[in-house]
Amino acid sequence: MRSIAATIAGQLLALFAQFITAPRADWRGIEPVNRQRIYFANHTSNADLPIVWTVLPPALRRVTRPVAAADYWLKTKARAFIGPEVFRAILIDRRTDHQTEDPIAKIVSALDEGASVIIFPEGGRNRSDDPLMPFKAGLYNIAKARPEIDLVPTWIDNIASVMPSGEVIPVPLGCTVIFGAPLHVEKDEGKDSFLARSATALSSLMPVREPSA
Amino acid sequence: MIPEMPTQTSISIVVLFGAACALLIIATIAGEILRHRLARHGSHPTVETYVTRLHSWWAMVFLLAIALLIGRTGVILLFAFASFAALREFLTLTRKTKADHWALIAAFYVVFPLQYVLVWMGADGLFSIFIPVYAFLILPILSVIRGDGRDFLSRVSETQWGLMICVFCASHVPALVTLEIEGAQGSTGRSVLLIAFLVLVVQLGDLAEYYAGRRIGKHRLAPDLSPKTREGVLCGAGFATGIGLLLFWITPFTPWAAALIAVVIYLIGVGGSLVLSAIKQDRGVNSWGHLIPGQGGFVDQMDSVVFAAPVFFHLTRYFYGS
Repeated sequence: MRSIAATIAGQLLALFAQFITAPRADWRGIEPVNRQRIYFANHTSNADLPIVWTVLPPALRRVTRPVAAADYWLKTKARAFIGPEVFRAILIDRRTDHQTEDPIAKIVSALDEGASVIIFPEGGRNRSDDPLMPFKAGLYNIAKARPEIDLVPTWIDNIASVMPSGEVIPVPLGCTVIFGAPLHVEKDEGKDSFLARSATALSSLMPVREPSA
Repeated sequence: MIPEMPTQTSISIVVLFGAACALLIIATIAGEILRHRLARHGSHPTVETYVTRLHSWWAMVFLLAIALLIGRTGVILLFAFASFAALREFLTLTRKTKADHWALIAAFYVVFPLQYVLVWMGADGLFSIFIPVYAFLILPILSVIRGDGRDFLSRVSETQWGLMICVFCASHVPALVTLEIEGAQGSTGRSVLLIAFLVLVVQLGDLAEYYAGRRIGKHRLAPDLSPKTREGVLCGAGFATGIGLLLFWITPFTPWAAALIAVVIYLIGVGGSLVLSAIKQDRGVNSWGHLIPGQGGFVDQMDSVVFAAPVFFHLTRYFYGS
């Protein structure tokens, strides 16, 4: 019963996101085919997750699970329904003293069940003026644990204008989600150089615009 | 209240629809023949684009015919939807900061719907000034109280431009329905045909300009900004005049007035198309959006009609309104 409600809620959410932003997927580096992947994306707005979820074709959406913050998604009843049940999110508690199990192990076990994963490696919403904040080590640890899975840089463009942090009503503006060419952690590659390389791969997808504030 | 539409108007719409379908059938057959001829060399990108565009044209002809047959409510709903999509495309590319959030919310959720409600009510005094006066004054106030002075003039003017083009000008297409024409057999129903006149004259003129420009075009009208040529526009203007003359029977105009109005709205439309290309180039994009297959965005499709609409509206009201 709840799972049917979750499916319907997911469809409605995707429909709403399509109405507001008419999001477009730009499959620049990969094909939209069913293959296990770790999508890592920039994070500026609460609308990021719904947008990536919406542009994935339904067949991919069904096998893709986002990694999300437990301290956010378990705060209210509505969030606790949308996060874990609609998105089937892998909930990670960012407060280390609240962690009951190792977050990396939790993500890896989801990968071992065959799920694809969406992860925001900045570890929180970017409120700075820089396009990207430094990545947390999590992405490296996951890549190291399952080096054969494609890591797909996923740039979410323009969502910050749709719903800047702190605002609740979205402005209908167009959004694009750009999927780049997959990368893998190389043998003997250190954490810092891998994180720098993956951050460059992600930010290089950012569309170049004429002087825009 | 929506008046019962006189059957004569419905017959005219069906005749126009039939003619448009006949043109599209010819174009579709030509496209399929080309496709088969070139199939030996694999698929040809130009032909594929042409065929995709034709599919979009079919959809537009059907939607417009249905909207015209429904009458006032139909055309207002159709153009309100197109307006919303166009405004979304336009404001995606304008300068804005977090401080403009309320102004943008007001533009989308208050100004846009209210303009179409005013058109629906036929409040012509108010819908002609609502955006140029009230939105113009109030939206910058909403931005300024959020306190961010960076690029302020660019931000507020670009938002206002989006509203003027995509809502104010675009709403003058369905607003033609509200015109009461002097001595038009006492029926307001026929003014819905003015929409067909505007769209057919401008769009067919554009098509003629496109094909003539490709064949005989030499001198660019706006070098570096648009592929439109003087020769192409001259042919387009001639063709638009002919279409205007041919369609005089659906309007309150005399044949010569119809031809004259047709060439005026066509030329304004060409200017509008150039202006919107310049904005695209300024923002470094090739098209405004991706929602209409083969054509780009709603703004790409409507640019010339939208520019011509307010001029057509006011010319008609001034000379033929009661």
